[in-house]
Amino acid sequence: MSEYVYLYRGGRRAESPAEGEQQMQAWMTWLKDLAAKGHIKDQGQPLEPEGKVVRANRSVTDGPYAESKDIIGGYTLVEAKDLAQAADLASGCPIFRYDGLVEVRPVMKM
Amino acid sequence: MELSEQLFRHESGRIVAVLSRIFGLGNLALAEDVAQDVFCRAVEVWKLRGMPENPSAWLMKAAKNRAIDVLRRERTARTYLPELGRLFASEWTLVPAVNEYFSAETIQDDQLRMMFSCCDPALSEPTQVAMMLYLLCGFSVAEIAHAFLSKRATIEKRIERGKKALARSRTLFDMADSELPSRLSAVHAALYLLFNEGYHGSSQHAVRAELCREAIRLTALLTENPLVSRPETYALGALMCLHAARLPARIDGAGELVSLFEQDRSRWDAVLVARGNALLNHSASGSQLSEYHIEAAIAAIHSNAARVEDTDWARLVWLYDQLVEARPSPVIALNRAIAIAQRSGAQAGIDAIRAIPHSEWLASYPFFPAALAELELRAGRADDARVHFHQAIELARNPAERRYWELRAASTAQP
Repeated sequence: MSEYVYLYRGGRRAESPAEGEQQMQAWMTWLKDLAAKGHIKDQGQPLEPEGKVVRANRSVTDGPYAESKDIIGGYTLVEAKDLAQAADLASGCPIFRYDGLVEVRPVMKM
Repeated sequence: MELSEQLFRHESGRIVAVLSRIFGLGNLALAEDVAQDVFCRAVEVWKLRGMPENPSAWLMKAAKNRAIDVLRRERTARTYLPELGRLFASEWTLVPAVNEYFSAETIQDDQLRMMFSCCDPALSEPTQVAMMLYLLCGFSVAEIAHAFLSKRATIEKRIERGKKALARSRTLFDMADSELPSRLSAVHAALYLLFNEGYHGSSQHAVRAELCREAIRLTALLTENPLVSRPETYALGALMCLHAARLPARIDGAGELVSLFEQDRSRWDAVLVARGNALLNHSASGSQLSEYHIEAAIAAIHSNAARVEDTDWARLVWLYDQLVEARPSPVIALNRAIAIAQRSGAQAGIDAIRAIPHSEWLASYPFFPAALAELELRAGRADDARVHFHQAIELARNPAERRYWELRAASTAQP
């Protein structure tokens, strides 16, 4: 088994409390299912959309992205047998229903 | 931890109410934005970290923090109510003032006051109902349109109109206002309308059950408050619970409508029946017998009858007589005629239907030909019954109704 990080990018906000509740239910169901199959190493954390970008010349700017579709909203650490399986497992993520995407990145081994 | 049903919806009503008292009704949009931020944040955090121990407390705390942030940032950019603007101007008083607003009992009152604000006499009843769903029940415009089978633009206009009226009044309705009694009647009427849309409306079953639940929940806010829990408030709550108790049996396993006579009464919600009976007992004080009282008494007779034959039809006819007198309506007269048929036989029922004044108002009401059809069938005139069932099919408002009468019409063909 190898480790992979799911980076959750973008995703539309819920338009009503009920839709928010549905979104959350869908996420919880999906993650629970992955956990039951032994793929979750660390459920991860949500990230604040705002932050700072620090560059070599010590310039500090707001960032990291201007466009909300590129903002990473959180991450999860999963285990899978290869990248293909990790990507396949990500395909059930509810974020796709809300115009977001999952970036699947292998954790470097050595 | 599992998410309790409708948690977000109900918390949304609480949060919007308290925030609109803090920001003032002139800044309603700001209150809505803050509430939406809170829910989106909850989704982001909870989906990865799981539900907190006390989700309501989490949401309230997030709303409070967000409100403080906004007040700090927009201290000078916005116009607040003068008495609050002063408190918010200083860092020393801002946080304590906001804390005070978020105490449990004020939040309960805020929801109540918001309900009264929504029932502004300047607004039409459908607008009042839309505003309650929007502000107190966390429905989006699209969800309201879906529930009422209306165009989104129609609901949007209603909400716009409602928000303007609220902004004009600047603050939430003051429960010490001399207008309270008349406003309370308007609140009753709007809740009754909301419930009826759920109970008799034509959108799909799940949505309608939800409207009924919301009407019951908001009515409970009234009955829990001594200031506004009048006998007719209890009667209104009673009629809602006693009717809603039968909802689970109105649709069978195959999704088909089931008439009151054929319902599996073991599927009625015993808890709601008990609650309805208790509310009805509470309502029996004072000298006024409101229409809600009569309707609740009617619902109680049905919901407390273990079998159809246990129904006290004579008393039902008497109650319908009272109701027709209080509110002359062909729909009520039709229900009265059905009760008469049960008490005195099919022909008596048919005669009563034929005698309904202004029955032309029922020309598009599918239950009118349907009731005639059932009684003709019972009187042994299958051919007449079939004709009336086909009229009902023509007028059916949704596929479930249509299928039901198609089955009934087909049954008349059998020997």
